[in-house]
Amino acid sequence: MTTTSEYERVPEIRSLSDDPGLPARLKALWETKPGLWGWICSVDHKSIGIRYLFTAFLFLVVGGLEALVMRVQLAGPERRLLTPEAYDQLYSMHGITMIFLYALPVLSGFSNFLFPLVLGARDMAFPRLNAFSYWVYIAAGLFMYASFLMGVAPDDGWFNYAPNSLPPYSPGPNMDFYALGMIFLGVSTTVGAINFVVTVLRMRAPGMSINRLPILVWGTTTASVGILFAMPAVTLAFFMLWMERQFGTHFFGAGGGGQPLLWQHLFWIFAHPWVYIIVLPAMGLVSDALPILCRRPIVGYTLVVLATILTMVLGFGVWVHHMFATGLPLVASSFFSGASFIITIPSAVATFAWVATIWTGRPVFTTAFLYFASFIVMFVIGGVSGVVTAAVPADLQLTDTYFVVAHIHYVLIGINLFAVLGAIYFWFPKMSGRMLNERLGRWAFWITFFGFNLAFFPMHLTGLLGMPRRVYTYPRGLGLEGVNMLSTVGSFVLGIGILLVLVNIWHGLRHGAKAGDNPWDAPTLEWATTSPPPAYNFAIIPAIASRHPLWEGRLGEGSGRSQFDRGFALDHGKEALATTALDAEPDAILRMPDDSPWPFLLTVAMSVGFAALLLHSWWVVAAAVLAVLVYGLLWLWPRRRLLQIAGAGHG
Amino acid sequence: MNPAISPLDLFSPGGAGAHAISPLLWGLVWLSVAVILIIAAAVVAGVVVRSSGARDPAAVKVERSGNGLWWIYGGVGVSIVVLLIFVGWTMLTMAGIAAPSRPVALTIAVSARQWWWSFTYDAPGGSVVTANEVHIPVGVPVHFVLTSPDVIHSFWVPALGGKTDVIPGRANEAWLETDKPGVYRGQCAEFCGMQHAGMALFVEAQSPADFAQWLKAQAEPAAAPGGGDDVAAGAALFVARCGGCHTVRGTEAHGAKGPDLTHVMTRTTLAAGVLDNTLGNLSGWIADPQSLKPGAKMPAVDLSGAELESILTYLKTLT
Amino acid sequence: MVDATVTDRTHDIMVERLPVGSAGRKSSGWFGMLSLIATEASLFVYLLFSYYYSAIWSDGSFLPARLPKFDLSGPDTVVLLLSSAAVWWGERGARKGARTQLATGLALAFVLGAIFVGVQVLEWRGKAFRPDSSPYASLYFTITGFHMAHVVLGLLVLAVLFAWTMLGYFDRSRHAPVSIGAIYWHFVDAVWIAVFFTIYVTPYLGVR
Repeated sequence: MTTTSEYERVPEIRSLSDDPGLPARLKALWETKPGLWGWICSVDHKSIGIRYLFTAFLFLVVGGLEALVMRVQLAGPERRLLTPEAYDQLYSMHGITMIFLYALPVLSGFSNFLFPLVLGARDMAFPRLNAFSYWVYIAAGLFMYASFLMGVAPDDGWFNYAPNSLPPYSPGPNMDFYALGMIFLGVSTTVGAINFVVTVLRMRAPGMSINRLPILVWGTTTASVGILFAMPAVTLAFFMLWMERQFGTHFFGAGGGGQPLLWQHLFWIFAHPWVYIIVLPAMGLVSDALPILCRRPIVGYTLVVLATILTMVLGFGVWVHHMFATGLPLVASSFFSGASFIITIPSAVATFAWVATIWTGRPVFTTAFLYFASFIVMFVIGGVSGVVTAAVPADLQLTDTYFVVAHIHYVLIGINLFAVLGAIYFWFPKMSGRMLNERLGRWAFWITFFGFNLAFFPMHLTGLLGMPRRVYTYPRGLGLEGVNMLSTVGSFVLGIGILLVLVNIWHGLRHGAKAGDNPWDAPTLEWATTSPPPAYNFAIIPAIASRHPLWEGRLGEGSGRSQFDRGFALDHGKEALATTALDAEPDAILRMPDDSPWPFLLTVAMSVGFAALLLHSWWVVAAAVLAVLVYGLLWLWPRRRLLQIAGAGHG
Repeated sequence: MNPAISPLDLFSPGGAGAHAISPLLWGLVWLSVAVILIIAAAVVAGVVVRSSGARDPAAVKVERSGNGLWWIYGGVGVSIVVLLIFVGWTMLTMAGIAAPSRPVALTIAVSARQWWWSFTYDAPGGSVVTANEVHIPVGVPVHFVLTSPDVIHSFWVPALGGKTDVIPGRANEAWLETDKPGVYRGQCAEFCGMQHAGMALFVEAQSPADFAQWLKAQAEPAAAPGGGDDVAAGAALFVARCGGCHTVRGTEAHGAKGPDLTHVMTRTTLAAGVLDNTLGNLSGWIADPQSLKPGAKMPAVDLSGAELESILTYLKTLT
Repeated sequence: MVDATVTDRTHDIMVERLPVGSAGRKSSGWFGMLSLIATEASLFVYLLFSYYYSAIWSDGSFLPARLPKFDLSGPDTVVLLLSSAAVWWGERGARKGARTQLATGLALAFVLGAIFVGVQVLEWRGKAFRPDSSPYASLYFTITGFHMAHVVLGLLVLAVLFAWTMLGYFDRSRHAPVSIGAIYWHFVDAVWIAVFFTIYVTPYLGVR
């Protein structure tokens, strides 16, 4: 047997019966070494995904506790539990935590864990970058929370309008923590997005053409492309803010001829697409799992995929609807108002697809199903309150009132959190090898559902009663006492529901019933391997013939049959298959990197650098930059063993 | 005389702008309710009708059946038609609130600042400057020019019309026209710092005759402090200790950092709606503003009890 | 050697010899760099948006009294474009397996790029305003500064590629880092065209 060069080979096709030692060999190549250092250096997407989930849930709890304190303050009029400054820091950190430190990372956790599995791949395209994105996420989160622990948390809201964020009105370091923290976090978000995009384009199982991808993959990929185009707007805005605060540049401050509205444009050009970024993957989770629990494929797969993409594209064209009251020319407002109405249409496609799937399927009442079914209703409630505010005249009354608070919580909790909770029940068995308790799950669901609606549905009325947002208290005699008390009670009930979910997870990890490979009898590839999956995911790379590989016999879609027993073994080292973008034909054999300390060390260097920027220690900044460059160079140093460069056995 | 104050709700429009917005607003709200009920019913009914009661997916057969796509075509088709109708209605309403129906009768300059509102009128007797309470003639469009020397605020009187942000470096414009006399409450509606919650404003609409009379009285400088030495002493103390920030026209107090106090006793509230305007509250406010409105820019001026009494004696005369 | 066929009966997936490792434009790194370019390009779009927005809303008072000139920026643009040509030529060498051509192209590009930076710094020094002088000044230094930072990073990339070339790491089949670095450099040059147009040309087109 000869190969003409080390640079090419024909990948061998084998089956497990031909080569029963294959799993053990792959395990030795792929498994992370035990111990703390092994864990720190791990590049296994499953481990990284689970870390993301744990950390995101930690921030969810912290953000939730912040909200509960706020709700105690607002339970009655003119309360003095919190000073205005304390309230302002709480509501700002609540928003920052939920929108940046929970909402996307939790979805990144699911996507990270699931992508290679549902795509039939051995890992993400950039395993070390994957680890890096996690380390930077937690470092940036801790960086921003350091401000909270020191009592100087940002206090101008998550949207941080100028000029209030400038030194004359915000003299302390609060805004600097926020600005630098967001720039830092942006690195994680951006590289995470790059990883998802390249993984989807390159690392699929043979035959998994683009019309066979799970909708989670479409949702996350679309969101990731959105991140690539949206993130720089906010990174730039925060960089300019930081410059103005430290060096007196004149971007936003009216006194120096700057433009306060420039901040709003840059911020919302990012932040509006961001709200679609934090819901499209969640909608994808539901679009994949709900049909499985209705025992059929989703109705209108192609329409739902197109709706996903269209939502993200249109999402870049509506940002001015956050600025209708700023005194814009009427023509500009009309355009953005119309666009904001139109963006409802792809959402309607998805909604009716889900409803149709229930009506033409046979729903099964697992806990996950309860979350997914209620998700549809809350998606619609959040959506219609958005339609109300899409109309400029209505928005001029309702913007900056509790009506918008109701809207944002229905879309964020109803779409993101409820999808996530359902997804936890659905995929927990795959991640941990154990089942969650269904009975406790149902109790937790109903308490969560009831508490959430009790807390937030009245807020529509609170807004119609004229209560503005972002107020630390309200006077007696405006009719606001009753609705605020209801919201406070509801928020605590919601908190209890979440607590029960956490208890269920804690208990499940220790004592849950053992899960088989496919406890839900589901059709996609992650269920074709063990629970939890081995480090290398698939010993034999599967070849795919349809959208529902494990249901092929039953659905009778076409004559093709996916192959699991025979396929590429790819065991000449730590290897994965690259395929073409549209049709997923084999294109290259990739050599995957081993576990590495560089992502962690690079994060440490960057953390030092950002802390030094905060403290104006310019020499330390210079040293950190140097460290970053050196560590980055060592990380990227090409390896002959990985056939990134010449010389391995050549000639 | 304190006319009844309407709360901030959107249920009882009292001005042209609010009237124009209200039908669309409530139309959208009722549309939303209808959509929610329909979809919720569809989901609940679907779950009830189609479920076999099974709790284990493996026990239920996998099957692709039915014409599910018609749900999407039908649902989206209806949605598009409804949305287009509302887009049209929205555009019509926008045209209706873009400008007042008649030429404006009066222009008032509004300076929104942390955390109170300053209003300036050009009156026949000289310019009138007041704070937090703006009087307008009923039934005619009144034009407001909105500026801010500090951060972004938002000018909002829900019963009368939609909100308009006040942006430093720009002069935004709003117009209000009320149906009938009364007092309408407004509120700053853009987060502007610590006392954003304590930045109310009050619009009192009066008959044209009453308004003219009010304006004339406001244009007068403060009466020379008659009533004896106590008042004169109080006046002198006021100028010395308060005049750096406050103006009382007709005296040496020319400060521009705080509200104009020339006719402070005619106002119904203090500190932008945080307190009713009573002597007790006024006294408490001067003695310790931070305990009543923490973060307010008014410092605690170091006054002895007697000095405070003296200043109050003077302030009582500023009607 | 066996050409294995994995069939799904609707498509026959013929498997031939596949490249192993990072094969030029099939490497993950190439796709990663394209994604990075998309996001960095967006950054410059937003920078230029800020410039145009501030100009339009400044009611004619945005530009300084002395408009930016072409005497330094013009030749500097040519220098940068030439450096792209040098990189292109060097990469052709890599594809032929000609190490000298590759090394020379990279070195030449580095020198030209360094000249670009030097001239830019000269121009900065010659300005009558500082970053905190006015909105225009703040945006001028921020936009050209961001671009310069990208160029400096590019110079580091070129230097490292040069070192790896001299270490004999590349041949005609394996030189992905060169392609990846090259496309980054070309991107930085393309951005300069947009920046140059905005800052130097539009003032004469009436964007005041």
